[in-house]
Amino acid sequence: MAADIEELKKKILDFMAKKSKFKPKMYFKDLCKADENAKLREIKKAASALVQEEKVEYWSSGSTTLYSLKGASAKETATFHEEEKE
Amino acid sequence: MHKETHWKHGGIVGVFGYGGGVIGRYSDAPEQFPTIAHFHTLRVNQPASKFYTSRFLRKLCDMWDHRGSGVTNFHGSTGDMILIGTSTDNLEPTFYDLSHQFDMDLGGSGSNLRTPACCMGKARCEYSCLDTQAICYDLTMTYQDELHRPAFPYKFKFKISGCPNDCVAAIARSCTSIIGTWRDNIRIDQKAVQAYIGGEIAPNAGAFSDRDWGTFDIQKEVIDLCPSGCMYMDGNELKIDDRECVRCMHCINVMPNALRPGVDCGATILNGAKAPILEGAQMSTLIIPFIKMEYPYEEFKDFVDLMWDWWMEEGKNRERLGELIQRQGLSHYIVDILGREPIPQHVREPRSNPYPFWKEEEVPGGWKRDLADFRARHLA
Repeated sequence: MAADIEELKKKILDFMAKKSKFKPKMYFKDLCKADENAKLREIKKAASALVQEEKVEYWSSGSTTLYSLKGASAKETATFHEEEKE
Repeated sequence: MHKETHWKHGGIVGVFGYGGGVIGRYSDAPEQFPTIAHFHTLRVNQPASKFYTSRFLRKLCDMWDHRGSGVTNFHGSTGDMILIGTSTDNLEPTFYDLSHQFDMDLGGSGSNLRTPACCMGKARCEYSCLDTQAICYDLTMTYQDELHRPAFPYKFKFKISGCPNDCVAAIARSCTSIIGTWRDNIRIDQKAVQAYIGGEIAPNAGAFSDRDWGTFDIQKEVIDLCPSGCMYMDGNELKIDDRECVRCMHCINVMPNALRPGVDCGATILNGAKAPILEGAQMSTLIIPFIKMEYPYEEFKDFVDLMWDWWMEEGKNRERLGELIQRQGLSHYIVDILGREPIPQHVREPRSNPYPFWKEEEVPGGWKRDLADFRARHLA
């Protein structure tokens, strides 16, 4: 059954708010954990809608893209580069 | 000299709603160098086969002088036009100009589908078995969401070459290589073959005319170099055992007036090329030997859906499709994910049968034996 997009958006925002305390920037695969039963394409649709609503923003290294809550990634810039070196 | 860079790459820069196309670059000494505190790069989706008018290029350079540094890179590895160096507040105006004055869009970057790229195809090349530009344009338009809104584990590339000469190096650089081929016979013009042998037509379209290489020797320069040994002269006639042809294109490249690809054309689909970040560089591996690639390319797009669903589900963060195939196994991908029958062409090693098969006359005593006598010595 297709997930309700508003419900999914709320789940994603709640998930990101919780995870953001430890890691502001997250991969798309992390967002998928917001609702394990939803299809990937539904998560993508909901995440894209949140970007349009300016609640979520993309962060891109040029080769990889991560998602963060609006304003959260500006405070934190080093994590991705540290991960990249690992 | 400390040999430290003062550039930081990556950031939240981008145009509204797009997750790709802009690569942020900042100076870590903005007070010292305020004019280059930001130096972001834009990737602009190039027209298929990179055909422009000079008027277009002049206008684009004027725009970029106005909105950015004026520095460009034609073209990036993916094929995009690269506009290097602008500030965050100039990104949206540049995108507005590109989309409204030039009918251009940003290309792919980040965990997106990257801008599909193709060779010149039928526009200028007689070898082309595909309308590469039509395929490139159709894929670009069909997968706009994948190009601009990132949700893949990592980058993904389509490249389309019209023939096995593979002028965009699709086999070396793309997750999905679409390479033109044919499944009937190479067309032979025997008169032209004789003209090459007689020296009336220069081999390789005259490409090696810088010095005297002697008279053209079809046996030495074509037939003996055929990787599958499928060519021979029958009197004055050139013969090809097309069943054995591996589409290396050598004979066609040497004698383009005499030999041409067949007419029943389509594409070979390969997966998994990548540059050497993990596990070393990898070439694409054959997945579909022949597909017709006729508009609207439904068969190909059904294949893409299966491929992407699997990769999005199973791919680790920053794992390319080729690496996932390597990790989970080619046979699993072909049989379980794509639902295709495995064929000998999928096998890299061994390419010849490793098992010895004996004939009766080669075995002492032949196939007949006394079973009771055998059982007396061997328990069942």
